[in-house]
Amino acid sequence: MKATRDAYGEALLELGKRRADVVVLDADLSGSTKTGEFAKAFPERFFNIGISEQDMIGTAAGLSLSGKLPFASTFAIFATGRAWEQIRQTICYSNLNVKIVATHGGITVGEDGASHQSVEDIALMRVLPNMTVVVPADAYETKGVVDVISESYGPTYVRLGRAKVKEIMPEGYRFHIGRAYTFNLGRHANIIACGIMVAEALKASEALRNDGIDVGVINMSTIKPLDGDVLIQAARTSGFIVTAEEHSIIGGLGGAVSEFLSENYPVVIKRVGVKDSFGTSGEPGALLKLYGLTSEDMVKLIKETITISNC
Amino acid sequence: MAVIEGEKVSDIKRLEDIARGIRIDILKMLAEAGSGHTGGSLSATDIVTALYFHKMRHNPKDPAWKERDRFILSKGHAAPLLYAVLARSGYFDPSLLSTLRRLGSPLQGHPNSKSLPGIEVSTGSLGQGLSVASGICLGLRLNNIPARVYCLLGDGETQEGQVWEAAMTAAHYGLDNLCAIVDNNGLQIDGPVEEIMRVSPMNDKWRAFGWNVIEIDGHDMAAILSALDEAEKIKGRPTVIIAHTIKGKGVSFFEGRVEYHGKAPTSDELKRALKELGE
Repeated sequence: MKATRDAYGEALLELGKRRADVVVLDADLSGSTKTGEFAKAFPERFFNIGISEQDMIGTAAGLSLSGKLPFASTFAIFATGRAWEQIRQTICYSNLNVKIVATHGGITVGEDGASHQSVEDIALMRVLPNMTVVVPADAYETKGVVDVISESYGPTYVRLGRAKVKEIMPEGYRFHIGRAYTFNLGRHANIIACGIMVAEALKASEALRNDGIDVGVINMSTIKPLDGDVLIQAARTSGFIVTAEEHSIIGGLGGAVSEFLSENYPVVIKRVGVKDSFGTSGEPGALLKLYGLTSEDMVKLIKETITISNC
Repeated sequence: MAVIEGEKVSDIKRLEDIARGIRIDILKMLAEAGSGHTGGSLSATDIVTALYFHKMRHNPKDPAWKERDRFILSKGHAAPLLYAVLARSGYFDPSLLSTLRRLGSPLQGHPNSKSLPGIEVSTGSLGQGLSVASGICLGLRLNNIPARVYCLLGDGETQEGQVWEAAMTAAHYGLDNLCAIVDNNGLQIDGPVEEIMRVSPMNDKWRAFGWNVIEIDGHDMAAILSALDEAEKIKGRPTVIIAHTIKGKGVSFFEGRVEYHGKAPTSDELKRALKELGE
């Protein structure tokens, strides 16, 4: 069990050792985003911009223009919400090589409550031209993501979490931008998940197998560009797709999958996610239950839907 | 006509003449386009002319030259000014100027760095350029490149909070390779800056944020050149030049008139304006 933000801190430190052009910016949250590790090792390449996310994004753009590889980090809602227009106008429109790696995505931020729980960031970043959007599922995948995006040109948003998560990606797995990982394909349903919901989807699949329901699980860690081939394959195999994300059901993974399949391979789609509401304070596990984001919720939804379709 | 060392224009009369030509280009472009920002392009013409034809080390034949001085037009609506200066410096064919704002033209309504050489970053949404400028300054310092970065802001633009975030950052990191210039023309689209949202006292604000402040008449070419030289000598903190200017400068019937913030000259106005400018 390890939080993806902890993996980010470690990966950044390693990257900093390998590449002298890597610079890191934070907006007074380096202890929480884990960029503090890089700051300690490379103080001359770390810039704390203070509590000013808009300026942090603009400064990162400038560093990129001078040939550096900037990683800018803060909490997901402040990175993508507070500085959205700076990301749009300065980074995406100019197509600058800035990596925005935000932590504290989703409701598992926990006790801090709705103000700090971002359930809109994937939607906000996905709509921007030139932007790549990645949500790794565990610590191992996070490290791969940091390495791969550092070698690939262009604006990139990576969403990480605060809470510790189980390691689920198999050893030897290599992350590629735009390539989903299929754990298995199911005949009755396929769950397309990202982030912490991949682990929940695997649990749901396991539970349903005992009831004779064959459900596949796909880790769609790159939300933009979406892996259309894998989606069509999954839709063709089961005729029923479930999306699962720790984000609003509007505009995020569920939105992206619905848009793609409705135009390319229309099948029944159900979206698991936060249903057009804000979060609230509470312990992360309790919040996942409250918002219907557990494996049990997926099991129930899939059983109900399959029963209805069979009628 | 690369303005690299040894080729720069230092004769005041000649610089003033180049500025006059730039104003003529701006008016023709805007009249041809039928829309665009006249007042704020003309108010900053002398400053930007001084930068590109005298002060900045840059090479139009190699826009990506690593050692170049950079110019960020934070007040992106003065795009016609930047386009005219870039064309006359040799970044692209001046015949493109007449395509301003047309479908398919690289001369977008506001500057797009992906469509035209010599534009460092896309601007147009106010308040964002100074952050980019300070980021470039940090990068140049890490790379041990002694180049300087100039950033032009409007006085109305300083109503944007991000400008002051960036002002803090530049002072905090002691960015003496950064020179901001405020085109203090006193007018914004809805009216006088003092009436819409007071930004004065401008010099006290910048000084309080830790900047070296120089105040000049932004149409006095000799004063512009000496302010730019003085800014370069200040170490340990950034410099802002507050350039007092007249919106619409150079055309008597545009000067100080708020309605020409975002309005292009009609063909009749163009004729009269060109006559005044001796064209």
